[in-house]
Amino acid sequence: MKIVVCVKQVPDSAAKVVVENGKVSWGDAPLVINPWDEYAVEAALRQKEALGGSVTAITIGGEGSKDALKHALAMGADDAILISDPALVNMDTQATAQVLAAAIQKIGGVDMAFFGRQAIDGDAGLVPAQTARLLGWPALTLSSVIKVDGGSVKVERGIEEGRQIVTAKLPAVFSLTKDFGEPRYPSFMGIRKASRAAIPTWSLAELGIPAPVSVIAWPEIMNPPSREVTCEVISGGSPQEIAEALADKILAEKVL
Amino acid sequence: MNTWVYVDHFKGTALPASWEAIGVGKTLGTVKALVFGSGVEALAKTAFEYGADEVLLADDPALADYRAEAFAATLGKLAASGTPDLLLFPTTTRGRELAGMTAIDLKTGVMVDVIALEAADGKITVTRPIYAGKLLTKETCSSKPQIITLRGRAFPKPAQQAGKSGTLTKVSAAAGDFLTKVEGYTTAEGGVSLTDAGVIVSGGRGVSNNPALTPPAGLDEKQAEVWRAQQGFALVKDLASVLGAAVGASRAAVDAGYIPYPNQVGQTGKVVSPDVYIACGISGAIQHLAGMRTSKVIVAINKDAEAPIFKLARYGVVGDLFQILPALTAAFKKKLGK
Repeated sequence: MKIVVCVKQVPDSAAKVVVENGKVSWGDAPLVINPWDEYAVEAALRQKEALGGSVTAITIGGEGSKDALKHALAMGADDAILISDPALVNMDTQATAQVLAAAIQKIGGVDMAFFGRQAIDGDAGLVPAQTARLLGWPALTLSSVIKVDGGSVKVERGIEEGRQIVTAKLPAVFSLTKDFGEPRYPSFMGIRKASRAAIPTWSLAELGIPAPVSVIAWPEIMNPPSREVTCEVISGGSPQEIAEALADKILAEKVL
Repeated sequence: MNTWVYVDHFKGTALPASWEAIGVGKTLGTVKALVFGSGVEALAKTAFEYGADEVLLADDPALADYRAEAFAATLGKLAASGTPDLLLFPTTTRGRELAGMTAIDLKTGVMVDVIALEAADGKITVTRPIYAGKLLTKETCSSKPQIITLRGRAFPKPAQQAGKSGTLTKVSAAAGDFLTKVEGYTTAEGGVSLTDAGVIVSGGRGVSNNPALTPPAGLDEKQAEVWRAQQGFALVKDLASVLGAAVGASRAAVDAGYIPYPNQVGQTGKVVSPDVYIACGISGAIQHLAGMRTSKVIVAINKDAEAPIFKLARYGVVGDLFQILPALTAAFKKKLGK
């Protein structure tokens, strides 16, 4: 089973993210592998452990993005590729999907491509389905259970109403939710292996595609309006008294 | 502006954000609603009542279950010949995926999970949250059609006008040998969906700390903790049931195994925006606050007066949730006549 997992480097979810002078800043918070992508790496590794084969992690970005690849390697991925090109800046999701689809095609013979459900910076959650569409592969998004049987796969997908059980033929694209199961921690041996790994860089020329054209622009990024609330602390002699007073306050808001 | 609205539904029950999208479309011009499914003509009627001028109805057994490839093919075929200026989808699991695929088919972009928009000269500028709402961004799209998914509850639902009608156009599903097959469903535990909920009662790690409880014999430490938490969540659910509310949880509560992941609110769970959010035993990690900070009225019940959740709360109770919650449930029962 030839498996690709697409990852992204993002500011830590605990970061206090603000706009300063029109630029996004996350202070001294670390950049980490997108938390959702850890589930994708975990899913990829479990398929490899069950079926044999290899796991290749790929990302798009600068030299610093190699850290996300090293995390995937430390978890157990076999190899990694950085896609980097000066033309790959301010990309929208369809442009990103074009690059990833080209990379998956260049790798060749891929059976399964795994993604996290979304990146916690842009929060779009579109790239997995868009990459699948470009490849002409089934998009098995929001998967929590994945069972391969020969050339077919059965997944359970999270939807508003519960789970949808879907079968499809491989190759296919998968995006993963937290329901899949906790991602493993990188092992000591894995971290050593990752630190020594040679990670090749592919440019657009090596992918054999022109620079993708982004159609979405971001003219302004803003801090959200501050919530001017003063907390009114409800107190009283007994829980009943407090509850009565609180219920009255909530009902007086006329939103129930 | 010629706007098309995709009506998302499950087995004929529409997700309310679909009607909100029709409302938005009507503020911009004429609206064609797209209803895809099998035996869903009733949904077309409802779309008219919420304001659609025309409904494109693809009623076909091949569309009985939502499948991304089959639905995207049908939508792409219609849009290629119908030249909409704008395609609106509700930001649901299906709406988001379909919007993304349709954008690829029509060689355009998607502005996703939008909470506000303005139109000038046929061009739309949207506002949407990024970094789980820690920031907002304005977005524009330079290609046509513009595709937007609208966050549920961010726009008003239009009034339903009983009996209102419009032009019903029957269209055919795209033919093809699609790569996926739907085998069935497992349904979620009953209750109100978090993203559509007007009221949410959420529990955090604090719900497992009731010292008054003695777990049954034979449980190890972890099992006893989960047992305690389940007793605590029972109180959360009692209040939710009186208020017709959805039940939410912090990541800490989900990771500790107190309640399933679909209930998680926050940066790696669901982002919600109810009228009332009651946080019980949730201290308020930044990732949780990001997921609920746009709630209209936030109520915090926590024994720690220094908990960050109180900074967002309109009303706070510093106290023992195991005493306050049952009393609050009783008080609402009485006041709401339930």
